[in-house]
Amino acid sequence: MSAPSDNMPIVVAAPRARPLLLRHLPYFIGAAVLVGLAATTPFDGYLLNILMQATTFAIAVFGLSVVLGLCGQINLAQAAFFGFGAYAVGIGTSDYHLSYWLCLLAGFVITLLAGALLGMSTLRLGGHYLAMVTISFQQIVTLVMVNTIWLTHGPDGVSGIGRPDLFKSQQTYLAFCVAVLALVGYVVWHLPATRLGRAMRAVRDNELAAGVVGIDVFRTKISAFALCAALGGLAGGLFAGGFAYISPDQFSFAESIVFLTMSLLGGVASPIGSAIGTGLLILIPEWLRFLKSIPGLYLAIYGLFVILIIRYMPDGIWGFVKAFLDRWRSKPRAPAPAAPLQLKPANVGGDIVLQVIGLSKYFGGLKAVDGVDIAVRRGGVHALIGPNGSGKTTTLNVLSGLYKATAGRIMLDGTDITVMPPHLRTAAGLGRTFQNIRLFRSMTALENVEIGAERPGNRLIGAGDAALTERALQALYFVGLGPRAHELISSFSYGHQRLIEIARALAANPTLLLLDEPAAGLNSTEKLELHELLKRIAAQGLTILIIDHDMTLVSEAAQHITVLNFGRRIADGESLAVLRHPDVVTAYLGSE
Amino acid sequence: MDLALQLLFTGVGIGAVYSLVALGFVLIFRATNVVNFAQGEFSMVAAYLMVVFAVDLGWPYWLSFLLALAGMALLGVIFNLGVYYPLRHRSFLPVIIATIGASILMANSVLAIYGPQPQVLPGWFDTPGFQLGPVYLDSQYLLIIAVTIVMVIFNFWFFERTMLGKKLQATSQDKEMASLLGISVSTMIMITFIYSAVLGGLAGILVAPVLFVSIQMGSTIALKAFAATIIGGFGDVTGAIIGGLSLGIIETFGAAYVSVPYKDGFAFLVLVLFLVFRPQGIFGERVAEKA
Repeated sequence: MSAPSDNMPIVVAAPRARPLLLRHLPYFIGAAVLVGLAATTPFDGYLLNILMQATTFAIAVFGLSVVLGLCGQINLAQAAFFGFGAYAVGIGTSDYHLSYWLCLLAGFVITLLAGALLGMSTLRLGGHYLAMVTISFQQIVTLVMVNTIWLTHGPDGVSGIGRPDLFKSQQTYLAFCVAVLALVGYVVWHLPATRLGRAMRAVRDNELAAGVVGIDVFRTKISAFALCAALGGLAGGLFAGGFAYISPDQFSFAESIVFLTMSLLGGVASPIGSAIGTGLLILIPEWLRFLKSIPGLYLAIYGLFVILIIRYMPDGIWGFVKAFLDRWRSKPRAPAPAAPLQLKPANVGGDIVLQVIGLSKYFGGLKAVDGVDIAVRRGGVHALIGPNGSGKTTTLNVLSGLYKATAGRIMLDGTDITVMPPHLRTAAGLGRTFQNIRLFRSMTALENVEIGAERPGNRLIGAGDAALTERALQALYFVGLGPRAHELISSFSYGHQRLIEIARALAANPTLLLLDEPAAGLNSTEKLELHELLKRIAAQGLTILIIDHDMTLVSEAAQHITVLNFGRRIADGESLAVLRHPDVVTAYLGSE
Repeated sequence: MDLALQLLFTGVGIGAVYSLVALGFVLIFRATNVVNFAQGEFSMVAAYLMVVFAVDLGWPYWLSFLLALAGMALLGVIFNLGVYYPLRHRSFLPVIIATIGASILMANSVLAIYGPQPQVLPGWFDTPGFQLGPVYLDSQYLLIIAVTIVMVIFNFWFFERTMLGKKLQATSQDKEMASLLGISVSTMIMITFIYSAVLGGLAGILVAPVLFVSIQMGSTIALKAFAATIIGGFGDVTGAIIGGLSLGIIETFGAAYVSVPYKDGFAFLVLVLFLVFRPQGIFGERVAEKA
């Protein structure tokens, strides 16, 4: 699959053959027309101001659509980042007479770094921490803007802010801002279809599963947060140049809430929604100017808006419109893949693919897993069984890195993975499914499997989106769900969701596949199909470690069985011998 | 040394307020698994109710106090029905955003009604305080500390020794199991919201004579209280109290010895230090999500 291969199906190749920029040409033509209109239409001063505000605010709200809409993280300090950028341009051009471009760039870089640092302090923790920390950060920034008078002029603000020579008049500067808006809009619009964007969506949908399919969750969140902050900084810099005067109250917590409301109203998931929300919330207060005569009233209404939108229109205006449009658009048919799925598990040699030595996991005083040894031979199916509470699932979670081992060592195909985080274990060749299915629920089956196929270290996919799609389709056809590739996860039955999870793991071409109770909740026909599938996987040389309660499946599929009870290994060996082992019989049935 | 003792007294007094609000945070978090970002607004609204009853209408202080607390109980009911309950089956992010919206709504409604001018609420006692050795004991601070101690003891008794308290605990630990045992989960959540609105209101009424009654007091107190819960260990009642007290002391000393304008910044500094180096707080345990 190294070169764009000959066996690539025509249906897939055709729409993707044209270069990306060419396919998106209509967007750029539209953008150019808008820029032209902004540059030539004779606006009066009032309208120019409103358009300038809408344009710069929309860029900041694009940032929120990345962090909140794509990645599911919250940022309540967007006005602070906006202010960073504005002050960089303001102080730079007015007090230090630096070049506008340099200041704009500096503001962008400073907010990028500030966002990354703030994210690093908090993004490992839950979402409410992030909410509170960003509020705190917002307050601190306001304090600094008001109190460091030598730098920021305090409450007086900064005036006499410069613009680049090229865009001296307000009209040309507006056209420049619209151009930046179009460019940023393009990036944000295209982002969900990129590797980083897919990772962000995966993190939003299911953080735990994202880590297990090979995504560095922490870094993805930081990228989203830093990008959001940097867009805020860029927007702030443009804003400062547009209005020539800035003061701390323009970048307060209230303003962060305004940004949030804009984002929610239009729809967090898309830049189109951001633009709609921003436009509306800049225009509506202009129409309802009398509301501004009573301090607090219009922000109170924003607060009420937020509650109502969240309750009645969680996807915003654009989400509402889009759901309507989607009904009229025919679903793309999944093309048939030309080649069957190839599995080429990595092999550094040696008979044992997974070597677990003295593995223990204690929860306080509870020894859930206690000194377990497992040796999984290369090729074939190895089963890990035991009564309820015997430590099977805990063992699997320690193996895939969701729990840290208390003691012991785990070697995968010659690599020590004992202390690796989940995504690095996946990169090292581990694949797994979950007992309670963990798919990315807002995506299609194909997208889910594509994320799996993107595993770092998967040498079976070539470069480019087409190869990725092809690999994912092959995996879906392999489990028998290829024709339904473009359907959303929620439209699949429980049994089929399990198969998609297996396809997601297979697309990554793992060295070892961990299956956590794959037969649970399946009916007897589905169980037979599962058994058949396991055989086909094993036939390609991929080693499977399976946990299950279904003794028929285990005894028929597995060549080798390890039995756990109370966290300890009580038997290990060739299937039939183990199942007749007196300790195993006692563990399952009790003694006479 | 005398100054340090004086600062310690003030710090404990102000910290006690943070503890009370933090307690409200923790109770709601344990019952519903969401952080209520409008918790500080409960304190602000209660303080304004006191201003309305005791100052504007001139009613007796004790009557105003009871009425304000009754008002908070009602607000707790409205908040639960209007903000939390309709979203109870959604993920935590929509709920957080809704409580933020509620906080903005409450703060700015009060601003629209009452205007930006900070109000003054007199203390409960006519005597401003007395001198004990080197330390001047402000009567309002003494009251705050006393009430906090009483509330902590009440809280312990209520949750550990009464049937209702045990039902609330059961609900917070496992909603499904609780409902199978015949506990009405929605009633329990309602009670939690009422209780924490009253707690937050109590804190606001107590601290109002020390600070000015202003629109910003809610968000300031909420921020400190949240920092307190993190210092103590999220979801831990004892931790919230210790965290609140330590934060009050740190902040008072910081303002005296380091910088007054950045007084409100210390909470953030401590918050970030804890998040980076000990995110589970002093008493908390690291909990992993079950796969």
